[in-house]
Amino acid sequence: MSSNTDVQLIKNGKRLSGRKLEDLREIKIQPGVLDNADGSCYLEWGNNKVIAAVYGPKEAMPRHTQNPLKAVMNYKYNMAPFSVEDRKRPGPDRRSTEISKISGAALSKVVLLEKFPNMQIDVFVDVLQADAGTRCAALSAASVALADAGIPMTSLIACCAAGKIDNKVVVDLDKPEDNHGQADVPMAVIPRTEEIVLLQMDGHLTADEFKTAMRMAIDGSKKVNEIQIQALKEKYQGELNGD
Amino acid sequence: METSEVLLALQKPRLYELAAAGARIDGRKPDEYRQITIDENFIAFTAEGSCRLRMGNTDLIAGVKLTTGTPFPDTPEEGVLMTGAELPPLASSEFSFGPPSPFAIETARVIDRGIRESKMLDVKKLVIEPKESVWIVNIDIQALNYDGNLIDAGQLAAVKALLSTKIPKYEDGKIIREESSGNLPTQDKPISTTFAQVNKHNFLDPKFEEERLADALLTIQSTEKGALCAMQKQGTGSFMPKEVEGLVEESIKKGKEIRKKFL
Repeated sequence: MSSNTDVQLIKNGKRLSGRKLEDLREIKIQPGVLDNADGSCYLEWGNNKVIAAVYGPKEAMPRHTQNPLKAVMNYKYNMAPFSVEDRKRPGPDRRSTEISKISGAALSKVVLLEKFPNMQIDVFVDVLQADAGTRCAALSAASVALADAGIPMTSLIACCAAGKIDNKVVVDLDKPEDNHGQADVPMAVIPRTEEIVLLQMDGHLTADEFKTAMRMAIDGSKKVNEIQIQALKEKYQGELNGD
Repeated sequence: METSEVLLALQKPRLYELAAAGARIDGRKPDEYRQITIDENFIAFTAEGSCRLRMGNTDLIAGVKLTTGTPFPDTPEEGVLMTGAELPPLASSEFSFGPPSPFAIETARVIDRGIRESKMLDVKKLVIEPKESVWIVNIDIQALNYDGNLIDAGQLAAVKALLSTKIPKYEDGKIIREESSGNLPTQDKPISTTFAQVNKHNFLDPKFEEERLADALLTIQSTEKGALCAMQKQGTGSFMPKEVEGLVEESIKKGKEIRKKFL
């Protein structure tokens, strides 16, 4: 988070993008966009563009990674070199390694890994264009891609961040808000139960502000979840009806 | 599945059975830290600041080295903070040689986050020549013996080391390490608290078995004034919102205790 508080991000109760404090950016979700993958999903979230692919379950390799009790969840978050203002050097870095680790752990809560001993499930998510909130966009897309791959899950997971700008708690920070904001709280939840499966925070928040942020992120995640479900229904409703 | 994982899995029933009654394998209370001992300036001869810290059987060194370099283009008038964690095979059979594991990277990044976001270092005072040259504060955590909770131990050691760090003299483009030009400019003291969720109970300062067998872990870091500056959830389990609120409260309280006792 930046120490710059000289940029005014909220005017007359509206944010620079015209959104109210509790408004999300526009989200579009399209499952089943890649031919080779067992499941996939393209997601746009404001100016974020991400694409997720699922391969597997397949035999875990190298063999020493195999677990006789359950499948290995292999989540890889990656940013394209052209996805950010200054070209990003391709390949994994410390940030993407950390995001991959906690995102894979979040999905492991809902995917029935015990059904596939000694197997691995690969989830690859590429950020094509970044506009803040990419880990949430990526994980929301990954969840839909897993459903598209027909992998058994107890639930979809949905993600959304909250944060603080101009001393106000808001939901779903965009790039300018992220750059000049005071705090960021990315979260992922199981929408029905509100169980939190991913939670990070950086910046400066009082305990009360955090409480508000957590509530806003959960409510935001539920809105994302509705769009996820709608997108899957649009693709699969026909098949369910036998059309 | 490695042998060590099998051995660990065998301990799970006992750990969970005890936890059901709110008890821990080493007899501690749920909100009790292990004994913390601090050796200040352990690397006094070569490091600008350092500290060896033991938290129970977790043993590590935080060393601070100051170097100079060009600032980041987006913060031309701020010094630079960099944090690394070295988890060598010397410290545990869990660790191996080679590039840092995701675990080591996460550990370093969470330690870094609290120090950075609490604004502990007044980075604006670490400028030698704006846009050209600034101090780079390198914090390196070196594990010696791993028995869980490297984040809390590492961050406390890092904060302690930073508080004792002397800035070397800088003259005509050269660092004179024999002479000091004063202490690092600091303005906060963040404290990290990590909870392990075991069988629906949350245990502060998890030792190795608790950390590895926990359903989920939550690290919460707070500033001197009792605000939150960093959080990280790990593990494949989940936390309920109310549960998180309770842990936040407890973390702020524990942070105050630790700060009073050790900083």
